[in-house]
This record gives sequence, structure tokens and C-alpha cells, in this order.
Amino acid sequence: MSVKNIVIVVVVLLVGALLLDAFYIVDERQRAILLRFGDVMSPDEGELPGLHLKFPIADQVKYFDGRVLTRDATPERYLTIEQKPLIVDWFAKWRIDNPRDYYTATSGIEESANARLQARVSQGLRDQIGKRDMHEVISGERDQLMQELTNEMNITMMDEFGIRVIDVRVKRIDLPDEVSSAVFERMNSEREVEARQYRATGRERAIEIEADAQRQVTVIGAEAQRDAERIRGDGDAQATKIYADAYGQDKEFYEFYRSINAYVNVFEDGRSLLVLDPSSEFFKYLKRDIAE
Amino acid sequence: MAWSDNDGRNRDPWGNRGGEQGPPDLDDAFRKLHGQLRGMFGGGGGSGSGSGSSGKKGFRISPKLILIVVLILGVIWFALGWYQVDAQERGVVLRFGKVQENFTEPGLRWNPKFIDEVIKVNTTRINSSEHSQQMLTEDDNIVKVDLVVQYRIDGVIQYVVDIREPEESLKHATESAIRHVVGSSTMAAVITTGREVLGDDVMARLQTYLDRYETGIVVVGVNIEAVEPPQEVQAAFDDVQKAKEDQVKFINEASADAEQLVPEARGEASRIIEAANAYRDQVIALAQGEADRFTKLLTEYQAAKEVTRDRLYITAIETVLQSTSIVMVDVSGGNNLLLLPLDQLLRGGSASSSATASNYPITSLPGSTRSGQ
Repeated sequence: MSVKNIVIVVVVLLVGALLLDAFYIVDERQRAILLRFGDVMSPDEGELPGLHLKFPIADQVKYFDGRVLTRDATPERYLTIEQKPLIVDWFAKWRIDNPRDYYTATSGIEESANARLQARVSQGLRDQIGKRDMHEVISGERDQLMQELTNEMNITMMDEFGIRVIDVRVKRIDLPDEVSSAVFERMNSEREVEARQYRATGRERAIEIEADAQRQVTVIGAEAQRDAERIRGDGDAQATKIYADAYGQDKEFYEFYRSINAYVNVFEDGRSLLVLDPSSEFFKYLKRDIAE
Repeated sequence: MAWSDNDGRNRDPWGNRGGEQGPPDLDDAFRKLHGQLRGMFGGGGGSGSGSGSSGKKGFRISPKLILIVVLILGVIWFALGWYQVDAQERGVVLRFGKVQENFTEPGLRWNPKFIDEVIKVNTTRINSSEHSQQMLTEDDNIVKVDLVVQYRIDGVIQYVVDIREPEESLKHATESAIRHVVGSSTMAAVITTGREVLGDDVMARLQTYLDRYETGIVVVGVNIEAVEPPQEVQAAFDDVQKAKEDQVKFINEASADAEQLVPEARGEASRIIEAANAYRDQVIALAQGEADRFTKLLTEYQAAKEVTRDRLYITAIETVLQSTSIVMVDVSGGNNLLLLPLDQLLRGGSASSSATASNYPITSLPGSTRSGQ
């Protein structure tokens, strides 16, 4: 009785296990291939997602990550055509396209696929950067460079590993530290030039403005002097004419009149000493009295 | 061993009685445990030894029991199938690993457990990812750029199924995009004008990358928070800004001076002109006055020439002599030598004498010259 039971239980378990092993599930996020006694039975694109049947024991299923994967490279030093060093950090996006080839080439070990990809891209990048100067690498031709590299990688990786390289992109392109400091020095000096230019043009304008003001001041002053002299001349002329008109009426009397006025004016201050001869006209009466 | 020094094994920390050995004790315990286990399973577990009669009874599998067990499991399974989808979320259903076309809408949902796997993704929340990095510009300068990428998950199925590390991919793509855009612009453009443009360019480029990587992520916005020169050159850049201010300051100061000088000069000019005008008017007025005076006098003079002339002369001389010190010397009479202490007269004279102040010119006015006429 008990032996029978044991046998039944064992058989049931075995059948159950075999039945379970006859099914397998492929997740949408995975790629899978079916191996029958080690031989790949699946088509190139692998098994479709969903629930499938297989021969128990004889068939084995290998699963790989079917999503877009990232290879984030460690930054490396590359040389441009003019032998300038650049630190380039890149990443690649790839996806298993042919699980058969992928399995044969890498035994399904993602790390080994990544390592190969890293080596290839690194080499490809080295070639591409080595063909270009720094300026091209940093700016304009980056797109073209990456496109070329992606295409190249795609072809070789597809052939050898069944991997589709979706994109290879440069994440960072930096200068090595020693070059960076040189760049900083250059930037500093450029800014200094700029700053000095601003200050100098400021002073230039300031001096111009001041000079212009000075000029205006001088011209205004001189013109004022000119006009003033004209006005004075005008006044003098009019006065002269008035004098001439008046004095011209009797020239002899003017001389007399002007002279005696001048005497008065000259001695007006009372600080003069006159030594006189009493025989002068003025004292003629004085003298007469003395004589008598 | 400290405890075995004096009393042997009496003070064994594991509480073993002295004399008994360890291994036999273990065997005993094992045997006890075995027995207990057999007791617990009601003898049913005893397939090997099969000693008790009670074991046979318990092992019988009745269909009822199986049914009950299956039912209970079924209820549990059914209960486990319920889940809730939040208003912000969508659920992607994988049936035996295969993605179902329709993802679940918000509400209380049920999917068969173990057959369907449901992955819930928040599709409305705006996430943001920040970046702050130094990078090279087209003209070989280095700038520091801080930016925030705002994104939302739109392609739920793609997000779940097609990419392994969507967020990490976003980070990589952002770095690449910003560096590409900055690398294609000059530093001046990046720092001054290009912030908005920069954001738009990065956004467009980033979205292209994300679409290519099938991330299902939609970039809502790229905000360039700050673009600034690196620390090492910050001071120099600040100084340029200061220099710009200085430039304006210099010009303003000069303008202020000019604004002051020119009006002042104009004022001074007016003053000069007015002074000249004053002079002209003065001169003319004086001339007119003198001329009129003369003319009037002349009229009278012509009426009585001799008298007027004498009167004028004498009056004038009188005025002159009144205010002048006089020394009268009659030299015409003899040939005698006359000594005048002129220096004393001029210097030493008393203060009251108006004729003796020093250093004043001595004017000689011989009366004969005038009288001779």
C-alpha cells in the first residue's frame, strides 16, 4: 500500500514537472531562442513573446534582455589630427537584433557583448577623431562623425554579434586638466582685453566730450570777446563822431578849452609842486603890486 | 580554558552535567526531535518507517478535501487579481509576457494573477532631471551650464518594454544634446543671447534621441537655469561687466562736466557782451554829454569871446594852484643862484602842508608859455 502510494506520488510529480517543462514564457522585454540538444532551433529573430510549447528536457530556452541597452563607456583620452588630447566620454545604445548570432557570438553574456562593443567603438572613435581637428570634433561635424561611426558599428556588430547599434553618442568632450588651465588663462586674458577696451573707449569718449566742451567754451568766449570788441568799437566810433561833430564847430576854442581842462585834471590830486616865475601871465597883477 | 581549570566540566557554560559527553547528547536530541515531528504530522508523514496505524488513516486523500483546497486557492487567486490604477497612472498588461494592446485605465481593475503581469506607470506627473556641467563651446571656451529637463512618460508601453534604463538614457541623451548645442555656439552667444534658443535646440535634439531609443519619454521643457563662465574665470567676466559700467560712468562724468562748462561759458559770454554794451553806451553817453556841454559853452563863448576865454583860463589856473604846492622864484631880475631844498620840501614837510608829500612828481608850469599867447 505505502509503496504504491509512493510510486503514484513520484509519477505524478514527474509528469507534472515534465508538463511544466513543456511550456515556456517569453516576456516582451526579452529575446529568447530555443535550443534542442544544444542546437539552435529558433529563427533569426528568436521566439515571439507569449506562452509556448516545447519538448521537455530536450529543449532548452535561453533568454536575453531584448530592450534597448546602454553601454556607458569610461572616459578615454583621444588625440585629434593636430595631436591635441581630448577626454571623450561616450555611450552607445544597442539592442539584440538577432538572438541566434548573439548567442553564438557571446554565449548570451551581456558583459562580453558590451566589452566588444566598447573596444570597437573606442577604436572607431579613435580613427574618426584622429581624422579631424579639435574644432570639428567639438562642434559642427559631431553629428556627421557620430552618424558615420554608428553606421560602421552597426554593420560590424550586426554581422558578428547580431547586435543593432542604434546610436553612438559623445556625452562629454573635455580638455585634459592641464589644457583646461591653459584655456582658462586664455579666457582670462581675453576678458581682460575686453574689459580694457570698454574702459579705454569710455575714457576716449569722456576725453572727446570734455574736449568738445572746452572747444565750445573757448569759442563761446572768443566770440563773445569779438562781439564785445565790435560793440566797444561801435561805441568808440559813435563817441568819436559826437566829439568830432561838437568840437569841429570851433577848433581853436576846443584846443583852449580842452587844454585848461587838462591842466585842472593833471594837478587835481594836489601832490604836485609847482615852481613858478612870477612874471607869468597869471601873476601879472601880483608882480605889478610888488614892483610898485 | 578558564572554566576547566579547577572543577573540570562542572561549570560548563552550556549547562551540561558533568561527566556526560557532548556527541551522545546531540544524538539524543535528534532522536527526540524526530519523534516530535512525527507526532505533529499525526503520523501521516511517516512514509519511511510507517509504524503507527493512525498514519494510514490520515494519508487518505478525499476528493472533497482536494476540492476545498482548490476552491480556497482559487478564491485567493481571484482576490489577488484585483488592483487599483490611480488617475495619474496607466497599467501595462503583459499576458504570459506578451504586451496587450489596451493598457488599463484608472479605476479598480482585475487581471488574472500569474497569467497577467501589470506594470503601472505614472503618465501625467512632470518629472525633472537636473544637470550642471562644464563644457566646451565652439570657440574653445569653457562654460558651465545648469539646466533642468522636464519630462513626462507618454509612450507607456515603450517605456516599460523597449528600454532598460529610461531615466539613465534620458540623462545620457541630455548630456549629449546640451554639449552638442553648446559646442556649436560661441561663448558669447551662449552666455548673452542664446539662453532661450539654447533651451529650444536642446529640447528638439533631446526628443529626437529619446524617440530613437524608444524610451516613451516626452520632453515637456528644457530650462537653461544658468549659463556662466567657470569659477576659474568668473572674476575676469565680472570685471568685464564692471568695465562696461565704468565705460558708461566715464562718459557720464565727462558729459556732466560738459553740461556744466558750456552753459557757464555762455553765461560768461553774455557777461562780456553786456559789459561791452555798457561800455558803448557809457562812452556814447559821456561823449554826448561832453559834446553838449562844449556846444553850449561854445555858444556862449562866441557871444563874448575875450571875456569868456580869460575867465575860463583864470578859473582853471586858480583851480590848479589851489591844489598844488607853489614855490615862486623870480629869476628874471638877476643872475643869482637859487637853492631850493626840494627834497626837504617834498619829504620833511609837515603833514598839514599839502605840498610836501614825498615821491611826487614836480611839475613845472612856466606861466610865460601860457601868457605868451
